[in-house]
Amino acid sequence: MKEILSGNEAIARGAFEAGCLVASAYPGTPSTEILENVIRYREINASWAPNEKVALEVAIGACFGGARALACMKHVGVNVAADPLFTASYTGVKAGLVLVVADDPEMHSSQDEQDSRHYARFAKVPMLEPADSQECKEFTKLAFELSEQFDTPVMLRSCTRISHGKSIVALGERVNDLPAPKLVKDAAKLVMLPGNARVRHPIVEARTVQLSGYGDTAALNRMELRSDEIGIICAGVTYQYVREALPEASVLKLGMVWPLPHNLIRDFAAKVKQLFVVEELDPFVEEQVKAMGIPCRGKDIISLCGELSPGRIRDAFAAAGLIAAPVKTTVAPEVLPPRPPNMCPGCPHRGLFYQLNRANAYVTGDIGCYTLGFMPPLNAMDTCVCMGASISNGSGIVRSLPPEEQRRVVAVIGDSTFLHTGVNSLMEMAWNKAPATVVILDNRITAMTGRQENPASGFTLDGEPAPEVNIPELCRVLGIKHVRVVDPYDLDATRLALEEEMNRPEPSVIITNRPCVLIKGAGRFEKGAVLEVDQGKCTGCKACLRIGCPAIEWKPDPSGTKGKAFIDPQLCTGCNVCQQLCKFNAIGGKQ
Amino acid sequence: MNDSVTNILLVGVGGQGILLASEILSEAFMLAGHEVKKSEIHGMSQRGGSVVSHVRFGNEVFSPVVPEGEGDILFGFELLETCRALPLLRPGAKVVVNDYRILPPSILLGQAEYPKGLAEKIKAQFPDFLLVDGQGLALAAGDVRAANTVLLGAVSKRLSIADEVWQQALEKMVPKKALEINLKAFALGRAL
Repeated sequence: MKEILSGNEAIARGAFEAGCLVASAYPGTPSTEILENVIRYREINASWAPNEKVALEVAIGACFGGARALACMKHVGVNVAADPLFTASYTGVKAGLVLVVADDPEMHSSQDEQDSRHYARFAKVPMLEPADSQECKEFTKLAFELSEQFDTPVMLRSCTRISHGKSIVALGERVNDLPAPKLVKDAAKLVMLPGNARVRHPIVEARTVQLSGYGDTAALNRMELRSDEIGIICAGVTYQYVREALPEASVLKLGMVWPLPHNLIRDFAAKVKQLFVVEELDPFVEEQVKAMGIPCRGKDIISLCGELSPGRIRDAFAAAGLIAAPVKTTVAPEVLPPRPPNMCPGCPHRGLFYQLNRANAYVTGDIGCYTLGFMPPLNAMDTCVCMGASISNGSGIVRSLPPEEQRRVVAVIGDSTFLHTGVNSLMEMAWNKAPATVVILDNRITAMTGRQENPASGFTLDGEPAPEVNIPELCRVLGIKHVRVVDPYDLDATRLALEEEMNRPEPSVIITNRPCVLIKGAGRFEKGAVLEVDQGKCTGCKACLRIGCPAIEWKPDPSGTKGKAFIDPQLCTGCNVCQQLCKFNAIGGKQ
Repeated sequence: MNDSVTNILLVGVGGQGILLASEILSEAFMLAGHEVKKSEIHGMSQRGGSVVSHVRFGNEVFSPVVPEGEGDILFGFELLETCRALPLLRPGAKVVVNDYRILPPSILLGQAEYPKGLAEKIKAQFPDFLLVDGQGLALAAGDVRAANTVLLGAVSKRLSIADEVWQQALEKMVPKKALEINLKAFALGRAL
């Protein structure tokens, strides 16, 4: 049977067919849908973890118990999970352990475009890289098998175009002859005290050599000989771009990007006149080929930044005089009004950021929809580094400032991000008495990645009711004395809360309590009465435009300089924030 | 350049149903026996931002992304976004556009104006051009939200795929309760 699957759906299918029993992840674009599809297979115990380190440790634990286990995350998630990853490389496995990492070249939805292939080399674990959805499924299965065969965690690297690209996949059956999980004591292998780890390290080094040898002959690395003028080493989606851009070139398609198949590379290099490595981001393969003493080119013609495409590869080879310049017959790009992402109409973050702007706050930000508080007209975010950094950045920045500037520092963080790594930061801030203000934007969901449950949302991945973390109580037990909850749709209450807590020379936390407008269900978002602008009363003062709501449109008057505001009834959620900005009572319930 | 592959671009604004339309297209191509690949971006860009979905079909498709300047059919859900995507097309490409505007932030705030005469401008560069009243026809079919299916119907006329294949793809991809309206909307678009 054949289906059109995204790379993420195919990885989930591969885990199912491989007999995977446990899966854990923290949502992160472009990896999120893997676990959301794994949960469709009831044979797999799949759940969200509060962060990637926990997710990987859950998977490692399951594998220690003899279950094939999967952990999934985006590239920056591996930074969080790096600690267990490096030591799991030493312990090896008791059943297949696969870590899927989805990179985001071009930073479509990320704060950096780090190249996670370095992690495979750094942690000394093999890494497979599929080039379409069929390979996503096959390589996931193979990754479980290699994990057991070579006693190692295996990384599977995807990227945005693979994870969110779709292609046709032939489905297979789930394996059913795997040994049942059970407890088997093996402390010398699994207790990484120095004495045991010293025994494991040479095993890890030998394993890398064995895997390189495996790659020399395994079908996942493939030589395609065409013209001998140009030979290209490539992997993953870049293979597809190369085939499109340079159809005559010979190709060595790597399915395993670490460790590299040295003999196969030498063999391929000997068969072509000019050798190139075409890879997105870093010269990861190129540097190793050069270290083998094989002359090759790559990053001298291909950019280190952003994602590749057939056109970018074609242009690079043409600019280097290696192929004829492509004929440019297209329409020239025109300067058009941009369309950046924006918070949704009725988003509970909007009122808070409006008041932060008015309060002249210096806002240390974090990762989530609310990072859009940076955009005009709200312009209320000054830093954003990584998950959880808002609070610790705020705690750090106040230490060096005079008191009148200290009060301006406000950290903003979402509920899911707070529970991801913000809790440690708040513990630090309370412990060391840093006088900053923290706002936890509790919209009861992990919104940016597409509305995933979190430990405070009251449900698990499969929709079952679950214990909820009590965020105000958690802040109090961490040592914050001043914790208050505010309705962010109430602009005066929000302003007052900010004013009081910012002026307090002690750590304090404000929690906003409105749910994300995109989550439905009892006790969650409820649409209010749609508003309209009374055109007779509107003076065209533009006060309502200052919140940047997509439901409010400024219509210039065709005859004069002044215009009036209009509210799109299709978009308005009745949050009433704009109504509170209108001094002329021109905004009210739709008649 | 790969002439055996047909390249379709679907463009518009997050929330317009572009993903569903591209899923139905891909399903139809697979059912008709073609190799299919498709690509789009999820996440931050979807919060009201520009969306581009690439669908490619033919005998052998490599890249999931349409190579620059090789788009054969542009399927525009919104006028400004359609204009933004024109550089991706090959000369003589077919363009089907929804006669619909969604204002970006700078225009909502009164800092810029929505460019005038976009439809005429597109038509001047790409004469194989069809302007569709997607919202109006969707309303006639029973639900304004089926505008994406009206457009899909209009695009389907420009592809050699049989009626029953489209029917099958719609039945598979559209939720049951919305199927009747969507079949009607598709037929209205296909009749244009």
